[in-house]
This record gives sequence, C-alpha cells and structure tokens, in this order.
Amino acid sequence: MQNSRSIKTPLTDELCASLHAGDMILLNGEVFAARDAAHHRLQETLQRGEALPFDIRGAVIFYAGPSPTRPGRIIGSIGPTTSYRMDPFAPLLMEQGMKGMIGKGKRSAEVVAAMQRYKSVYFGAIGGIAALTARCVRSVELVAYADLGPEAILRLELVDMPVVVVNDTQGRDLYEEALKRSEL
Amino acid sequence: MGPIREIDSKLITETVKRLFLEANTCLGADVLTALQISQVREESALGRQVLARILENAAVAREESAPICQDTGLAVVFVELGQGVHVAGGLLNAAIEEGVRQAYAEGFFRKSVCDPLSRANTGDNTPAVIHILIAAGDRIRLTVMPKGGGSENMSSVTMLLPTVGREGIRRHVVESVLKAGPNPCPPVIVGVGIGGSMEESLILAKKALLRPLGQKNSRDERLKDLEQDILADVNRMGGGPQGFGGSVSALAVHVEMKPCHIASLPVAVNIQCHVARHREAII
Repeated sequence: MQNSRSIKTPLTDELCASLHAGDMILLNGEVFAARDAAHHRLQETLQRGEALPFDIRGAVIFYAGPSPTRPGRIIGSIGPTTSYRMDPFAPLLMEQGMKGMIGKGKRSAEVVAAMQRYKSVYFGAIGGIAALTARCVRSVELVAYADLGPEAILRLELVDMPVVVVNDTQGRDLYEEALKRSEL
Repeated sequence: MGPIREIDSKLITETVKRLFLEANTCLGADVLTALQISQVREESALGRQVLARILENAAVAREESAPICQDTGLAVVFVELGQGVHVAGGLLNAAIEEGVRQAYAEGFFRKSVCDPLSRANTGDNTPAVIHILIAAGDRIRLTVMPKGGGSENMSSVTMLLPTVGREGIRRHVVESVLKAGPNPCPPVIVGVGIGGSMEESLILAKKALLRPLGQKNSRDERLKDLEQDILADVNRMGGGPQGFGGSVSALAVHVEMKPCHIASLPVAVNIQCHVARHREAII
C-alpha cells in the first residue's frame, strides 16, 4: 500500500512503541501462523509447565490457516481469520514475549490492556484477498501440530506484507476512531 | 404432468463439483461491478486502497484458479427439484456430497468442516448443508454457496416484539451490522429474513444473499425502501472497508419476507463478506 513503512520481525519494545494506530506497514521476516486449535494447545503446553514449540520472544503470530499448497507453489491462499476467537489466549502469549498479532476484527478490552502492559501491537490485514497475500510468502515450514491440518502452526517468511496498525502500545484503536457515533 | 425425466446422479455430482470450483476462484460479475462502483464512492484514501487490493485479488485468483479467500467455506447447496424428475443411479444427497468432496480435493480448497466437540476435521469438507425444495417441472436448479465462517459467526436470529414495526426492524438490523463491525470482512452484504417461523427467517436471510447485487427488491416496494434506508444507515457509521474507516461498509442490503404468527416477528440477519460466492446451474 502507498505511504507504508517497512519493518522486520522479530519486534522489540522500541519498535512497537514507535507504531501508531492507522500506520500503514509492510511487514517482513518470520511470522508464525496459528489459529483456534493451535492456541488451545499452546495454552495447555504452558499450563503443564512445558516449553512452547517455537521461540515466542519478539514473535508475531498471524491468525491464519492457509488453503492447501498446489504442486509447484510455496503456499496456498492465505489471509487473516477473525481475531476475537484468540482473545482468551493472547494475554498469556504476550506475557511469554509475543510482540505482535496479525488478524482482522476487534479485540477485547483485556487484550487491548495487555498490549499496553507488554508493549505489543495488533496489525489488521485485509481479509478476503488470500490469493494476493500468498505472493508475500517466500517460504513455509511446519512447526507443530501437523495433525490439526489447516490449523497446524507454520513458520512463514514474509516479504512486504501490507498491514495496518489497529491497536498500538498507547491503547489507541483504529476501529473505534473510524466510527462516527451517529444516532440510529 | 408429462412423463418422468431421468437425471443421472453422476450429472448432479459433476455439476456441483464444477459450480464449487468456479465459485471459489471466480468472483461473480455483479460483485466485481459493485466493488468498482464503491471504489468511486469511497471517501477514505485507505478505504480505496483496500478496495483496489480486493479487486486485484479477484483478478489474481481467476488467473491462477486459486481460492479467492483461504476460507473456502462450508458447502451450502440449494436444490429446486422438479417433481417430474427421477434421480437415477444413486441418492440425490449422496451425489451432491460427492461433488463437494471432488471439488474441494481437486481445487486444493481448504477443508473447513470438523466435529463440533472433538474439533477433528472430517477431511473432505463434507457434510454439505443441503436445502431441498420441490418445484414444478422436470429440471433441477442447483445453487452452490461456499459460506465463510467469519461472516457466519456475526449472523443471528432474534424474535422481536411484533409491535416494534418497520422502525424497530431497521434499528435492529443496523445495530447488528454495527456490532459485527470489522469482524466479517466489510464491505459486507446484509441478508435479512423477516417473518416465517424462526428457522424459516434464517433460510430467507440466506436466500436473500443469492440475489444479484445491483438488483432492487422487485416484489415489495416497502422492502425496497427498507433496504435503501438500512444501507444508508450502515454506510453512515464510518467503519468502511475492513473497518479501517470509510464510507463503504456494506455493498448491499437484501430483505426477504414471509407472513408470520400474530405473536411473533422473527428477524434473521445473515452477514456475507465481500467475497460473496455463489453459482447456479439448471440441469
């Protein structure tokens, strides 16, 4: 997208603090694709006192489950799923060091507060443009939970994936700011 | 009534397969036109960029025969079965399920169906959701609709007080769309079913989503006005494409209505994301 700032993962406190709601970003580097069932397992792993299947410090999780990869391709179509379903798990993962989330849709007050506390950022990706977004993925590797099929955790290498900062470390919310509070 | 016409179940399988392969990779001309019109109408620069990416994606998906969205949906199939038809060689439902199975394997579509409790994936995107209506004639009309989970999650049925009237319905639908906000991938299409029983209102709302975009309600002048009013209200809210801000939060509002019980006023709201996929064939 036009007027975008390019950033690279892993994210640091300083980098996150410099991102503001409404900023257009081109995201580069490693991110982890994980959605509903994978989050449930990550939580269970932490509750058992075991190590997570990937290093979550500075990591960005992309709430996504791609379509299957056709022969000769890197990945199938891929895009964000609705983020609120991961709200019950997000503060726990931020506590472990997760610095960014990519998804679509509103987050809970608890998640927005945790983003301020742990200096993490929520990026909105455009939903429903998955054939195009696949072109931003340069490599894919299975990380964990192959039995979950489309919900397995994948490591993706991204190049210039367009996202917009929705919730920043100061508690701002692009979705809220966009709404005109007119009477019905 | 004329003689019974035999239709081979294999033809049904092949047709369902072809329709799902097309629906998941080629966005309909009506949706493309609606998106192009909204690109002109959109007031926000970011909103226009989002719409441009959506149109660019549709072109890429068509060119590569790739899924437009990674969520290739729950397979919803509407069947209008002429009562002069005899399905030969197998069960109608089984023939439809087989068409879904083949399309989702061959198209490299995501299998998004699982056991509700164990969450174990069924592996082939079946079972499909099949609605069968008996009609006149000796043909079968098959309409397929891959329905994404994100927008379906924002849908609802509510039993309103019968006395709230048109204004109460308008307010309820606008509030439902506002509550859904950015979650169902706006710009959305809002399917509304008014009346019938509880479940019939839901089916009306889903069928309302099948009406081509840009086509006004031709059956009832009151509904045409209601559709326009709700659309104007929704687009005044400022959510815009993907909720990032703007003047196009919805592409259309489609309302269908049937008489209901004197004690009831069921209103179903079925939200459809901008990847509004459906295909139809008559065999």
